[in-house]
Amino acid sequence: MTEHGAREAVARTARNSYGRLLAYVAARTRDIAAAEDALADAFAAALRRWPETGIPDSPEAWLLTVARRSAGRATRSAGHLAAARPVLDLMTEEAMDRAPVDFPDERLKLMFACAHPAIDRTVRSALILQTVIGLDAARIARAFVVQPAAMGQRLSRAKTKIKAAGIPFRMPEGDELVARLDDVLMAVYAAYGLGWEVPGGVAAGRMGEDLAGEALYLAQLVAGLMPGQPEPMGLVALMLYCEARRATRRGSDGAYVPLAQQDRAQWDAAMVAEAERVLTAAAALGRPGRFQTEAAIQSVQVQAPRGQSGNPKVLAALYDFLVTRWPSLAAEVSRAVVHGAAHGPERGLAILDAMPPDRVTGYQPWWAARLDLCLRAGDGAGAEAARKRAIALTDDASVRSWLAGRG
Amino acid sequence: MQYMIIFREPMAEFDKREDPAQQGEYWGAWGAYIGAMREAGIIVKGDGLLPPATATIVRNRDGARLIEDGPFPDVKEQLGGYFVIEVPDLDAAIDWAGRSPAALVGSVEVRPVMPADMLL
Repeated sequence: MTEHGAREAVARTARNSYGRLLAYVAARTRDIAAAEDALADAFAAALRRWPETGIPDSPEAWLLTVARRSAGRATRSAGHLAAARPVLDLMTEEAMDRAPVDFPDERLKLMFACAHPAIDRTVRSALILQTVIGLDAARIARAFVVQPAAMGQRLSRAKTKIKAAGIPFRMPEGDELVARLDDVLMAVYAAYGLGWEVPGGVAAGRMGEDLAGEALYLAQLVAGLMPGQPEPMGLVALMLYCEARRATRRGSDGAYVPLAQQDRAQWDAAMVAEAERVLTAAAALGRPGRFQTEAAIQSVQVQAPRGQSGNPKVLAALYDFLVTRWPSLAAEVSRAVVHGAAHGPERGLAILDAMPPDRVTGYQPWWAARLDLCLRAGDGAGAEAARKRAIALTDDASVRSWLAGRG
Repeated sequence: MQYMIIFREPMAEFDKREDPAQQGEYWGAWGAYIGAMREAGIIVKGDGLLPPATATIVRNRDGARLIEDGPFPDVKEQLGGYFVIEVPDLDAAIDWAGRSPAALVGSVEVRPVMPADMLL
């Protein structure tokens, strides 16, 4: 076993199984911070041992055994973990011989514990992203547009509260389950968004596609658990629509391809069909929600003929519904674009101009939409100003060159 | 785990304790609640407290002892009593807190008791 091979195996296991391992260790102690330390220690032990001993048959089981012992040790003698390293290395040999074959997936319990009403509302989704999805605080802070240090403090305070206040790791029932669902779905959705936006590279140790796939899997897990709830299904459908056309949003040269110009023949037809099926099942429950509405928008877009956007009047109505009930900057900008298509660019520009200036000056999609609408309205000066800002605000080179070429 | 559940009641509740027309209902509700906790075997300790007018506030400032009458007059809900209960987790403690008569008219705070080993 080469050191490189072992390193790869450790990295792969971290990507695939971090959340599942953390949830399993933390569910037993309710101590997320200690579980994180124990897991970090187990991964460090793997980096030391696997080059010599080879990759175990079940890397997850190996790591779990080491992490659980490390967690136990930490509770007995907090702060002396470093001194225990040599012992830990020896124990790992033993662990390989009789590691548990399988362990239950406790991620749902962990997600719902993080969404407990006793946890500060503003940190619940972020906490799920960190513990279950394994994102670092800096990246979460970017996603939620707050300072990394502040986010780190809020996350660690929340973890302390879970442990000190004795918040249990269990699946809530009835109304309680429904009340916590929003925060869980928001976290899964944010993870998917982060995976989607990564410009074709590795960020913070996690590939975008890994994140998107994991988010989809978690959404399906939640939907499976709550068959009577339409919103988890709405989220699953939304992600499936996006996944179906993931490959086509870049040309072979890596250039950005807007939706209307994407090669529909390359969309994953099975995924689209599954998205339609899930969305229909959700709609049949007769309780529309944010994710169902966003999925419905995707459905309209996907059904449009090649070279065109979806029916602008239908899209405008769906976006009106969306922003009235679940307002967000992103939805309002998209609403301006579809109203521009349905009722002329002036109408779209009016919607953009009505948005709070201090919130949109640094928001790239607002400037990109403005560029588009100004061009269509024949406002050359407005278009150039918007183009400059939109280009300056993205760090994705292919989006930059696409914006530069618009005329 | 041990939790202290701290009951805060509006002044009107304290008045009910003495009012012949209302005291039966008031004490009956508390009696039933405490009876249920006793039956569940979760009470570690606990007491009701006499009304806030009987309270005295003590502070040491700049070497001087300041003594004042009564609790904090601008607070809408006053401390009425407390129990320390032994239950498995926060959800169980919240459940017991929510069953108390104080939860209907005032508020109940749920606090984990500091583990003894933290004092060492």
